[in-house]
Parts: sequence; C-alpha cells; structure tokens
Amino acid sequence: MGSVAHLDVLPAPRGGGSIGAKAKLSLVDALLAEHEARPCAVSALRWLAHHAGVERAVCVAVDPESGRLAGLTGLGVPPAAVEAFSLDLADRAHPLVVALSGGEPVAFHDSGQTVPRPFDTPLGHASFHAVPLGNAQQEMGPGLLLLTGAGDGPVTDDILWAAELLGTRLAALGYRRIQADERRHKRERSLLLAVIHAVTDPILLTDADGRILIANAGAETLLTAGEEKREGWRRAVALNNMLFSASLFTAESGPTRRELLLVDPSEGKELLFEVLSTPVAIRAGENGIVSVLRNVTDLRRATEEIEENYRRLRLAEAATRAERDRLDLILNSVLEPILVTDPAGNIVRMNPPAERMFTFPARRDGREGRGGEVERRVQANDAVFTSFVSNLYAGQSLRWRGELNLLDPRTGATVPVEAISGRVVSKHGEETAVVTILHDLTEAMEKALLYEQVKRHSEELREKVREATAELAEQNELLRRQAFQLEQASALKSQFLANVSHELRTPLNAIMGYTHLMLEGVSGELSAPQQDKLIRVDANARHLLSVINDLLDITRIESGKMPVQVERIHLPELIDEVMTEVEPVIAGTRLAVTRSLSPDLPEIATDRQKVKQIVLNLLSNALKFTPAGSVAIRLDYHGPAGEISIAVSDTGIGIAEENQKTIFEAFEQADSSYARRQGGTGLGLTICRRLASLLDGRIALASRLGEGSTFTLFLPANSRPA
Amino acid sequence: MTSDKKHPPLVLVVDDVDHGREIFAEYLEFRGFRVATAADGLEAIEKAHELLPDIILMDLSLPGIDGWEATRRLRQDPSTSAIPIIALTAHALASAHDRARDVGCNAVVTKPCLPKDLEQEVRRQLAAARPAEGPAQP
Repeated sequence: MGSVAHLDVLPAPRGGGSIGAKAKLSLVDALLAEHEARPCAVSALRWLAHHAGVERAVCVAVDPESGRLAGLTGLGVPPAAVEAFSLDLADRAHPLVVALSGGEPVAFHDSGQTVPRPFDTPLGHASFHAVPLGNAQQEMGPGLLLLTGAGDGPVTDDILWAAELLGTRLAALGYRRIQADERRHKRERSLLLAVIHAVTDPILLTDADGRILIANAGAETLLTAGEEKREGWRRAVALNNMLFSASLFTAESGPTRRELLLVDPSEGKELLFEVLSTPVAIRAGENGIVSVLRNVTDLRRATEEIEENYRRLRLAEAATRAERDRLDLILNSVLEPILVTDPAGNIVRMNPPAERMFTFPARRDGREGRGGEVERRVQANDAVFTSFVSNLYAGQSLRWRGELNLLDPRTGATVPVEAISGRVVSKHGEETAVVTILHDLTEAMEKALLYEQVKRHSEELREKVREATAELAEQNELLRRQAFQLEQASALKSQFLANVSHELRTPLNAIMGYTHLMLEGVSGELSAPQQDKLIRVDANARHLLSVINDLLDITRIESGKMPVQVERIHLPELIDEVMTEVEPVIAGTRLAVTRSLSPDLPEIATDRQKVKQIVLNLLSNALKFTPAGSVAIRLDYHGPAGEISIAVSDTGIGIAEENQKTIFEAFEQADSSYARRQGGTGLGLTICRRLASLLDGRIALASRLGEGSTFTLFLPANSRPA
Repeated sequence: MTSDKKHPPLVLVVDDVDHGREIFAEYLEFRGFRVATAADGLEAIEKAHELLPDIILMDLSLPGIDGWEATRRLRQDPSTSAIPIIALTAHALASAHDRARDVGCNAVVTKPCLPKDLEQEVRRQLAAARPAEGPAQP
C-alpha cells in the first residue's frame, strides 16, 4: 500500500516495571478464572486501566476461521466501534497486520487533522500503541492490544507482561476452542449424516465431476452396488448412475427441479423421482451439488388417478349439462306451461309458455309492466298456483290434479287450466321438486259449449225431422187413403159407367127390337109413313148406341182399363178386313176408294183390334165427310225413323186451320150439323188419338178447308217385339 | 129331342125383363122356331131340364141365380151339358163376356141386338151343333 510511507512507525520504548507481584498475581488469577477469550480480554483491560494507567484500549484478536482480525473488547471506546472493527489478515501490508507479526509494540502517532491515517481504529485519530499479544517467538500472535494513555511514553514492562500473559491465555483458550469445535463439528457431521441417512428420500452430494461425496442409504441403494450384488442389480445401478449424471448437468447453474426415471435395482421396477438439485460450495473455489430425490411414482399414479377422476368428473358434468340442455329444450318445446317448484314452493324453472303467465314482460314502452295491470294479474296467477302446489305438499299423493282459473297477463281474460302436478322424489326419498304442467281448458270448454250447441241443434233438428217424418207419414197415409178412395172412386166410376151402359142398353134393346119387329112386319103390314117414322126411330137408336159405346171406350182408356194385346200383324190383311167392313158404306156412295201399299212393309207387333178400330174410324170419317171425289189409303215404311204410316186422304170438305188443333178434342166436329147428319158421335177422333198413343204411335192431320184432309197414323215398326 | 118341319128347334129364351123376352120370343116364333121362356136362373134350369131345348138364349144379369151360375150348372149336368147356350147381355165390358165364355157359353151377343142378327147367331150355333137341321129359311 502506498499510504504506508506516511506512517511514522517507531519501536516502542520500554519502561521499567513498577507493579507489585501481588497485583500481577491478581491478573493471573483473573485470566485463569475465565475460559472465554472475551472475558479474559475484559479482565486484562480493567487490570491495565487500574494498574498501568491505560485510559483507552481495544483488544483485537485473530479469528482463525474467518482469517480476519476482529475487535474483542474495548476500554473507553464505544462497543459498536469495537464490534465494527474487522481487518483481513490476508492484507499482509496493513500496518496492524505487520504489527501483529512484528513481536514488538508499535507506536502510531496522531498524524494531525490534515492527513488522516489510511485505516480506522476504534481509538479514532488519537496516537496509540499496538502491542502484540503473546510472546515474541510466535510468528503471529493471537491478537493486538491497542492502547492510549500515560501520554506518549513508552510501553511499560508491566503492559508488555500483561499483553504476553493475555496472549498466552488467549492462545491456550484458542487451542482448546479449536479442539472443542472439531469435536462439535464431528458430532454435528455425524448427526447430519444420521439425519441424512434417516431420510428415506435418497440424498446425495456430488462434486463438480459428478463423483458421489455423500450419499444416504436411499441414494446408495439406487446408485451404488458392491461386488456381492447380482448382475441385474449392478446393471440397474450403472444405468441409474448414467441417468443421474446426465441429469446433473442442468443443475450446475442454480437450484433445479426435474423428474427422473430410475430403476429400482432390487425389483427392476421403474421409479419416478422428483429431483431437487442445489449447487453448494463444498470448499473454497469448488462447488458441488446436493440432490434430493423424492419418489413420486405413487404420487404420479395418484396424480394420474386424480386427473382421471377429474376428467370423468368433467365428462359427467358435461353429460349433466347436456342432459340439462336437452331437458331445457324439451321443456321449451312443450307448448303448455310447465313449472318446477322447490320444496319451499318457489318457482325454480319454467318454460316460455309458463313465463308468459307468471312473469312480467320486459318493459319497452313503459305502459305495461311493474305496478300495472300485468303485474297484478301475474301476482294473482302466482297466488293461485302457489296455493295449488301447497295442497300437494300438504297431501300424501304423488300426483295432484286440479282446475285453476288463471288470468292472461296481457288481456286479463280468464284462462281456465287443468293443472297436473307430480312430486319428484330422490332415491333417498327426499322431495326435491314439484313439476306442474298446465293444460289450457279454454278450447276444451269452448268445444264442450259448441258440442252442447251442436247437440241441442241436433236434437232440434231430430225433433223437426221426427215431426216432418210424422207429418210425411200422415200425408202418406192420407195419400194412400186418397189413392185408395180414388181407386175406389175410379172403380165405382167404371162400375157406374158399366151400369149406366147396361141400363141404357136394355131399353135401347127394347126400342131397337120393337122397331125392328114392326119394320119386319111381325105385327102386320105398315103404311109407308109409318115405316119412314120407324126408320127414323131406328137411326136415332143406333146413334145413341154408338155414343154409348164411344163413351165407354174413352172411359176405359182414361181409367187405364183398356187392355193392350200385342201380336204380330200383317198390315195388308188388316186393310182387307177394314175394306170389307166398309164395303156397304162405299157401295152407298159414288166415291172412288183406292189403296196403295209399299212393298217393303214389315210385320209389326201391336194390338190388332185397336189398329183396326183406328183405321176403320178414319176411313169412315173420310167417307162421311167426302160428298164427292175420292178416298185413298196409303201405307208406307219409314226405315230410318222405325215407323210405318197409314194415311187416309180424302177430297172432302176439309178442316179449317183454326179447327185443326181442337179436332181431336171430345165432341168436336168441324161442322157439327153436318156430322150429325152423317151419324158421327164427335168422339171418334178423340178415341183414335188416345188409342194411337196407347200403342206408342200418333195421328197427324194435314187439311185445307174445301179441298180435303189427310189423317196419318204413325206406329212404331219394331218397338214391341212379338 | 128332335126337330123337323113339325117339330122346329125349341129355343129357351131366358130374361128377367119382360120386353126382352117378348121381343126375341115373338120374333123367333115369327121366324118359325118353337120358343119357351124363363124369367130367372132357377126357372131357366128347371125349364132346361124339363124341355131339353135345342138352344138357350141366356141373359146374364138375372135375379137370384144369374146367367153365369145357371150356365155353369147346366154345363155340369150331363142331360143339359150339350145344349148350345148364347149369352145375351147388355154388359159391354170384355170381362163380362170372358166370364160368360169361361162358364161354357158358346157365344156372346151384346144388347141391344137386332132380332134379325140374333136369329142369324141362333142358326149359326144350331148348325154348329147339329148340321142339316133346323127350320127352313122363310
């Protein structure tokens, strides 16, 4: 150090000894009484202050462990300054270190205010002497005595004596202490090793090269193997060493924690360890690593189990959530309100339809909502529902059914509902909830009402039908009776006409008979005028008879009692017969009567007698109403129409057009006076036309007044099969 | 029963109406027939059994046993079953005529009937029953 040159280091002058043996002996006694360095030093400083006039002093001692010079005790100086003093012995150039090994007292003078000493002591800036402790033969004493007092005079022999005595004592105490320390260290070390061995976790200390310095039993089992061990064991140990050494490289920079898979040499099982490695200084400039291995094989298994359980728990939770979501979906998809209440009666869940009945709608316009009608209705609903559910809790049954009258929160309309509640009871019989479903009865009630109306209407209708049926039956009965009466009346009428006919014919028979007898001369010869008059009687009787016959025919046709007898007829033969019958009449006229028949005339199926009657009638009329000229009969076949026609034409008086429509009515004759003269009854054409329609035929008329007439009978050619 | 110039055919005229009987009886007698008369069905049956006429003119509407019933009985009796019977009726309906034929009448003549026409029918029936007999035409 450069500052040393400024120090004024002088050999300490020696003074003569003046302290008595008795006083010296007291110091010896005091020092021997103490077994620790510090009390010895305290005693020595007190003795010096008392006997040698030392005013201020500090005792510093070598600490072999730290290699430093440290304050032991002081006299007249602050204890904190003594404590703070420390000087590295390695600083061999330091004046105090030099003084320590010099064997002689060294005086350090006060160097003034301007140039401070380059080192500090508890004595401050004052001049002092540094007296080495112990005898001068020692290379380095156990310490120094720094003292001031008695002016700047030399250190007396008494002080030197005391310093030597104290040094000797401190050296002795120091040796003993080292020995004790060593014993203590051995004890502590074995204790430490016992502790380390006692730990079941393998613990080991390795040097920088990875060599094992300390290993406990656990570590030895894993990492060391004697020759006596079997091959497998040794191989497992070798493998473990390799794995462990490799893992150590990462641990050199600082404490690390890692997992290491080793093999249990005794069983061959894999063991997982958590390795905590911490670098430590094992001696100056050399580091080692302490590693603690914790067997976490079971821990890992446990961890895995916990993780597995946790995973399962998560799955179960997810499943539960999915179940709940599905339940929500189901509940929400039900159109009817569903409510779930807890045992306290609080509604814990509801689906949207239930929300409409039991919650307030979100306030949007501020008109509806809390405090309004809606809230009142919802509260009313809630009260009704709660009362219903409390019934269920009061009772024993698992199910409960009831009819409630709720209010539609929006409209206030009464909503009759059927409520069906079911208790949900857990496996342990604990009641967990009540589920209620509400079924809107409005529609059902309306339907019932409607059904009642329909039923009533149906009843009324049935009653009306019954009445109508009865009336109808009555009418039917009446009609039946009327029909019967009509039938009877008709029969009576027919019978009456038959009787009338009978009663008319009988006298007519007498009239005609007697007339005939007289004309035949049965009663003698008659004069010519008598004969003429009888002929008139005869003619009138005949006319009366034909009227009666015609009337009877019409009656029969009208009453449906005219029988129709269908047969196949040959028309030319029929015409022959008619001609034969009218021959006498023709003979009495000067008329030319001709007939023409189409060659393709088929046989037809019809009532022969009636056709003959018609043709006879037409022909008779033609003869009657034709004063001069000719009468022609013409038969034709009209294939396409499926008809045959029999036309009777004359050149007679003809019929005025206005009369042609009524000519077929009963008692109509164009010229009745003429007809009467000709002996007609006025019923002939009426009968003809009715007979024609009875045979599915018809009669047509073509006529001109004064020129003649043509009456044509049309009959179906094939309609009536034989 | 025979009939020749001395014994012309006997005609039994049955009618409940006096003039009915008289006209035909008088005319037939005038025309040469022998004539007997009966006024009802019972008498007609008795006279028929008694006289065994050559032909019977039977009115149908008779009091008591009517013409149909009388005809039926006469047809049932072998002694009278072969006698021609001409039904003579004022009934114009076909049903009455059919019933008459059904019970055994040979012909039906509707009244009014001219005595001359009736005589023709009588001669026709007699000829059918017994050809070559009967009074000569006057």
